[in-house]
Amino acid sequence: MKLTMWTYEGPPHVGAMRIAASMQGVHYVLHSPQGDTYADLLFTMIERRASRPPVTYTTFQARDLSGSTADVFKTACRDAVQRFRPDALLVGASCTAELLQDDPAGLARTLNVGVPVVPLELPSYQKKENWGASETFYRLVRNFAGGCERPQHVAPNSCNILGPSALGFRNRDDVTEITRLLAANGIDVRVVAPLGATVEDLARLPEAAFNIVLYPEIGDAAARFLKKTFGMPFVSTVPIGVGATRIFLAEVRALAGLSNDVLAGEDEDRATWYSRSVDSNYLTNKRVFIFGDATHAIAAARIAARELGFKVCGLGTYMREFAREVREAAEEFGVEALISDDHLDVEAAIVEARPELVLGTQMERHIAKRLRVPCAVISAPVHVQDFPARYSPQMGFEGANVIFDSWVHPLMMGLEEHLLQMFRDDFEFNDRAQASHLHAHAPAAVAATAEDAFDSEPLLSADQPPADLSWTPDAERELKKIPFFVRGKARRNTELFAARKGIRPITVETLYDAKAHFAR
Amino acid sequence: MNQSLVSCGSTSTIRQRGQHEVFCGLTSIIWLHRKVQDAFFLVVGSRTCAHLIQSAAGVMIFSEPRFATAIMEERDLAGMVDMHDELDREVARLLERRPDIRMLVLVGSCPSEVIKFDLKRAAERLDRKYGAGPRVLCYSGSGIETTFTQGEDNFLAAVVQDQPRNGATGKVAKLVVAGAVADVVEDQITRLLAEMGVDDVVFLPGRNSDRLPRIGAGSRYILAQPYLGSTAAALEGLGATRINAIFPLGEEGTTAWLKAIADSFGVSPARFATVTEAPRRRALEATAHYRRLIEGKRIFLFPDSQLEPSLARYLSRELCADIIEVGSPYLHREHVAGELAMLPPGVSISEGQDVEVQIDRCRAAAPDLVVCGMGLANPFEAEGIVTKWSIEFAFTPIHGYEQAGDLAELFARPLMRKALIADGQASSRRRIAP
Repeated sequence: MKLTMWTYEGPPHVGAMRIAASMQGVHYVLHSPQGDTYADLLFTMIERRASRPPVTYTTFQARDLSGSTADVFKTACRDAVQRFRPDALLVGASCTAELLQDDPAGLARTLNVGVPVVPLELPSYQKKENWGASETFYRLVRNFAGGCERPQHVAPNSCNILGPSALGFRNRDDVTEITRLLAANGIDVRVVAPLGATVEDLARLPEAAFNIVLYPEIGDAAARFLKKTFGMPFVSTVPIGVGATRIFLAEVRALAGLSNDVLAGEDEDRATWYSRSVDSNYLTNKRVFIFGDATHAIAAARIAARELGFKVCGLGTYMREFAREVREAAEEFGVEALISDDHLDVEAAIVEARPELVLGTQMERHIAKRLRVPCAVISAPVHVQDFPARYSPQMGFEGANVIFDSWVHPLMMGLEEHLLQMFRDDFEFNDRAQASHLHAHAPAAVAATAEDAFDSEPLLSADQPPADLSWTPDAERELKKIPFFVRGKARRNTELFAARKGIRPITVETLYDAKAHFAR
Repeated sequence: MNQSLVSCGSTSTIRQRGQHEVFCGLTSIIWLHRKVQDAFFLVVGSRTCAHLIQSAAGVMIFSEPRFATAIMEERDLAGMVDMHDELDREVARLLERRPDIRMLVLVGSCPSEVIKFDLKRAAERLDRKYGAGPRVLCYSGSGIETTFTQGEDNFLAAVVQDQPRNGATGKVAKLVVAGAVADVVEDQITRLLAEMGVDDVVFLPGRNSDRLPRIGAGSRYILAQPYLGSTAAALEGLGATRINAIFPLGEEGTTAWLKAIADSFGVSPARFATVTEAPRRRALEATAHYRRLIEGKRIFLFPDSQLEPSLARYLSRELCADIIEVGSPYLHREHVAGELAMLPPGVSISEGQDVEVQIDRCRAAAPDLVVCGMGLANPFEAEGIVTKWSIEFAFTPIHGYEQAGDLAELFARPLMRKALIADGQASSRRRIAP
């Protein structure tokens, strides 16, 4: 057993549901106990869908266990086909039904429902949501594209987009942005799947020259299958960030046999200039901790380091499947990758890294709130506010613009930061009154309870300096003059310096010696 | 699956089997962990259970919540490890992290029930192991056995059954009010009863796990919530007797509920009238603000919390709504008999659910307002049907006199909103096209 207070991913059948809900004409019959219908509200509330997800649950109860739950499943299958008349039926079990071993696949086959049935084997006690989505999409592609013929002549500039799905972080607008960019580059996008696709569309996948995998955690397995079966190459550079978008477009153009000199859409890139403008100077080397799904975390690290001039002080993912990629990226930035789906580990790592900005998921938002560090959300799992009404892609040039705004927004602005360093005792504009937009309600009172969360010793820090390091009152006072967002780092550096040199107690001189030793 | 529609004049109801669009009992942890402030709820289940609670609790997941899930893994199921040892280890880890916990509640789920993991034995063993430490209880919140609020019922039943073993001392409670209500409601009830001379009232659950009442022969109890079948049985098992009443929703419900207590404790009618006069007047006045919005509106209630018969009675009698169908996941005949008897003839009562068929019925009836869960609400709205999402009745103070107006507003708000937005759209159209 594993103690879990918060889970980054749902069970694999939620991933399967995301695929069914993404597509049109696909219905999912899920053998599951009463109560598992909670998953509907992920779609109707968080994504604010106007229709119920295409899922029929058997919702068996205790009294059904003494009878035949297999019959309950068969009835549900028949009723679902009759009522919804889908083009394809997914059948599978949730974690509890998996224990009953009713074999939905076998049962559905014997039913002869008159529509293609794609059985799903999703081991709920081993795998998680993204794996479930990827596996489901792969099964569907295999089933509906697998037997198709690849045409003799395929237009070299034709491609499919694989990976976008329901409940995916900003997938709706990413697809719009990338499709537009591709069209402007003379690329013909044939099928986007699973989002919005029908099973006929899946059968048309082999008619394109190549595939673009926008979200590897969902589209990678299907793309590999299409490559193996039809020899279709695929691009898996994720176009998040200006640099990545350029590389992506170059790769796509190369695959499509187009020259590499026109990159339409670049004139929309404001992020590059914004980041170069003098106002952004104060962003240099701000310490940023990054956590999320592998795709978004790696992309965020590259943007942070190369496009915004931040310093990456931590990078990690909850996706074990993509641990290797994240480790490689982390090495690029000289940090050790954190591969964990335990939010307590993540919290400990954040405390340890003492970042000035956290880029993470909904959960890191909670951690950052507790530690009083600015935070922006870059990856699923997300909550309803990250399914915004406005156009908000992460990908392409407009995506880079959105990212610039949303990551810089939580930080205190440059002038504010300078004034705080110069005049510390202003009664309104002081140390504890953080950026006004962050704390609309009684900031001073709230902040006082947190008492510079980072200033006090971390609860979970792994390598704490020896406890007998005492500070002289003067040195403590001097420490308080350092702006709050770097004060924790300064305290720790000074203590490490003092411990190393055997200095005690720590004086004002030690503080400045350490400052000179480490520089910022 | 569905029998023909039957009016509630007779005793028969529509019994439905099919897809149930409801929460499981684990969901009740969301309010129980706030109510009982030193309790920790540990679900023994799967990732689905963890995901459910976190999805239903939405933004209310703190970095340090008072609930968690011990997620069963492959090796637990394959018998490669002893699940009891595993649980003990995780509990030890948890208590080390949260030494302030005074009551640890192990909550059974579908997976743990299906593999017949003996949670009761585990709880007893851990209870012995921790001795003077936290009490360890268990109950089932699984979907196969419980629907939404029934989780609270099972929890309270476990608390009551645990009482003799833990040897609560002190005098036997005179009156136990069973069912979690908002703190503010609890205080109002306490005040009103004290003014009538009924003191020594204890609430179940209490805000604190070690301030539990001693219940025995001579204790009387009254239900504040309609979903407490097992709790009532457990209380009666200790010798307590039930005061029968309808539930304290709206002016009428609250008065009848308080009157039942007053009669049981021999409070004179004059005193009862004096104490309740002012709050009754306030409740009626507050409700009246919303009546014009709801009067004559046709309302359809989907099953969710078992509060539906009481809500329908309030809607029908105090807000003059026209009730089409009252769905409830389960009907405790005896406990809701009073509520059902007060519904006008012609109202359909349904127990259980076949959601597709019920949606068909609902569409055919073309109601003005549908009370339903979050999985159905937005899809109905998209069809142009106004909804009130039902989970709010579990999370909002709605009981008692002072909340009667708030309860009316919960129903009126979506209707007001529809009118407001329609007006807004109409006026902006006018502005654009002169």
